[in-house]
Amino acid sequence: MKELRDPKALHGLLRDIRERVGKLGRRPGPRLMEVCGTHTMALFKSGLTPLLAEAGVDMVSGPGCPVCITPNATHEAAIAILTGVEGATLAAFGDMTRVPTRKGSLQTVVPARDSRLRIVYSPEEAVEEAKRDPARQVVFFGAGFETTIPAIAFTVRRAAAEGLGNFSVLPALWLVPPALRAVLEAKEVAVDGFIYPGHVSAVIGAEPYEFVARDFGVPGAIAGFEPGDILLAVRSVLDQMAERKPRVALEYSRAIDPAGNPVARAMMTEIFEPFDACWRGLGTIPASGLRFRKKFAGFDAGPRFGLGEAATERDLAGCRCGDVLRGIIQPEKCPLFRKTCRPDSPLGPCMVSYEGSCLIHFKYGPGLRPVS
Amino acid sequence: MTKISLEVGSGGRLMREFIAGRIVRAFRDPLLRELGDAALLPGGLAFTTDSYVVDPLFFPGGDIGRLAVNGTVNDLVVSGAKPRFLSLALILEEGLEGDILDRVIRSIRSAAAKAGVRIVTGDTKVVRRGQGDKIYINTAGVGASIGRPCLGKIRRGDKIILTGTLGDHSLAVMLARGDFGLTSKVRSDCAPLLFLLPLWTRGAKWMRDVTRGGLATVLFELAERLPYPVLIEEDRVPLSRPVRSASELLGIDPLYMACEGKAVIVAPAAGADDFLRRLRAHPLGRKAAIIGEVQGRVGRPGELLLRTAAGGLRLLEPLTSELLPRIC
Amino acid sequence: MCLAVPAKITSKDDSGQGTADHMGSEVKVNLVLVPQAKRGDWVIIHAGFAISVMNAREARETLRLFKELAATQDEGA
Repeated sequence: MKELRDPKALHGLLRDIRERVGKLGRRPGPRLMEVCGTHTMALFKSGLTPLLAEAGVDMVSGPGCPVCITPNATHEAAIAILTGVEGATLAAFGDMTRVPTRKGSLQTVVPARDSRLRIVYSPEEAVEEAKRDPARQVVFFGAGFETTIPAIAFTVRRAAAEGLGNFSVLPALWLVPPALRAVLEAKEVAVDGFIYPGHVSAVIGAEPYEFVARDFGVPGAIAGFEPGDILLAVRSVLDQMAERKPRVALEYSRAIDPAGNPVARAMMTEIFEPFDACWRGLGTIPASGLRFRKKFAGFDAGPRFGLGEAATERDLAGCRCGDVLRGIIQPEKCPLFRKTCRPDSPLGPCMVSYEGSCLIHFKYGPGLRPVS
Repeated sequence: MTKISLEVGSGGRLMREFIAGRIVRAFRDPLLRELGDAALLPGGLAFTTDSYVVDPLFFPGGDIGRLAVNGTVNDLVVSGAKPRFLSLALILEEGLEGDILDRVIRSIRSAAAKAGVRIVTGDTKVVRRGQGDKIYINTAGVGASIGRPCLGKIRRGDKIILTGTLGDHSLAVMLARGDFGLTSKVRSDCAPLLFLLPLWTRGAKWMRDVTRGGLATVLFELAERLPYPVLIEEDRVPLSRPVRSASELLGIDPLYMACEGKAVIVAPAAGADDFLRRLRAHPLGRKAAIIGEVQGRVGRPGELLLRTAAGGLRLLEPLTSELLPRIC
Repeated sequence: MCLAVPAKITSKDDSGQGTADHMGSEVKVNLVLVPQAKRGDWVIIHAGFAISVMNAREARETLRLFKELAATQDEGA
């Protein structure tokens, strides 16, 4: 796939983008929202963000980082399990373990006797530990969007089929399309177009985004994650703006089917059902999260370990992750950014997660111009 | 901080602050304050020490014993000294299998012979089961200075050379733990860097081995002490295929992955091509490359910049925290 | 969140477990979400699970598009 990183091809796309921006003739120039944290990271890591700005396109990040939008109360629930249940393994993706709460983070708290934190790459590693060690409670702190939810659902289904009663999942499962609706309805950020998450779309297809074009008149394109993929999608959105024909363009057809993956979706709906979830920063959004169906509620770590319902947000004082997630401010505008909130002393999840806007802005910088 | 967290040992900013704030401040010694890879003693000797706590003990391409020799040897080499003598201190956990210890000792012997160093003094301690993780090793090394790293000699136009591919050691150790459901042909690059010694008499200005924190951290620490910006070209950085693959699969950035047999060298502009030729003539330097330069066209003094493969320009930050298990 | 990579299936057993090759690394992959996938197919892998099967024709088309874009730059067009 190195053709999609070829600087000459990217240069050509940037030139096309600059031309289209010129023809649109708007002031200020077009502002596009990339929804997915992995897109934010790809843009910055490849140095594309300042190049796009030079070409006249302003990129703003959306709430597409599952670590960031999971409220602290849920992180504290995970900590309660690790510190309160003896002989347990709490398995989680790496980013989740460094989110700072008033009780510390999963990395810094002292586990209960015989308990441990385990960083995993796949939820299957957790269910396999549960199978190997029936005497041990194995809890998977399952955070993710539709890309990850089918995998998590499968592990529950497997645990049910194989009678792994010692396995459970602490869910933090989020759905992208309802969040897009919330961003549009809030009208806090003027967004001219969306770059839709390619791998979420591999599961849900293109249809769930149709309402954005149909009801709100906003164009969008589903993009892959190479620099070339993203620029192709930006160009497509600009074309839609010029034609005044908003739709959901498919710019990642090598990897995804427009209808998505029905097997993966069926896996999700077998185990989980939608509910009105509370997102950090965005508040409660109708039908935006997934919870266990009654049939599988025995695998829900919340009731199993007697954890209460997530109450209020309980962010650390001064943290503006919520505003960053809504696209209202760039990380640089948070008064804590770079001063007291830094990757090794994070005050909020946006500085912790590899896909958090604040960490990305910190590591990869706002971009540079040559010194004259 | 009231309690020591794992991050203090990670090689990132917290570790640097810990060392500066607690260690250097306590001893107020001008040699210590230099915080070089080795201390350059009056009388032409260089002196260094390192401890090794890698888990697992054995991994493709190496083991804790080989690391313990080469790591200390390399600290001397990049400080301009020919390594001569090592001390060897072992902290063993009660219950350790005798033949595991024998394997490690044989490995130390073999690595020392290859590196031309003698193990001349040492110590052994045994701690109760559960109070040490099988084996911890400390080695201290003494060498004879033949050259001297000198930041003050670095000028605009000087080239940054990397002696080979990044991250192989880090990946080999991670996968040897059996995590991630991933297997690859990667092997640790643990090796002595003696072949760099002749460069000290040919005008090498500064060297550092690329260990914890990775290339980005090492270069950041160089750049911040210079009155010029340093620019690195991403597409010139050599990477092995297994590391390229794993970095995409696991989302780890090779610029932050540790090596145990690679160094960065600041070479004078005129001599850089000659350095490269000499390095590439050696089996351990076949992939050596000029990856950047000290310059003044882009960036501000003291900054470390990366020109990305896509043609963008960004700042490179040092490693701030490490989620990975113990790798050296 | 969307970190996923393309890889080529090298083996598949009846339970849906398999292995795939990604640039020479062999990775365990669960194929239960793509039951139609077979050895030799390219899939997108996320968190140890294949979530979709790649379309070879579309992939070739995309590569061709980018080769053209690069060539146009060379011509200064």
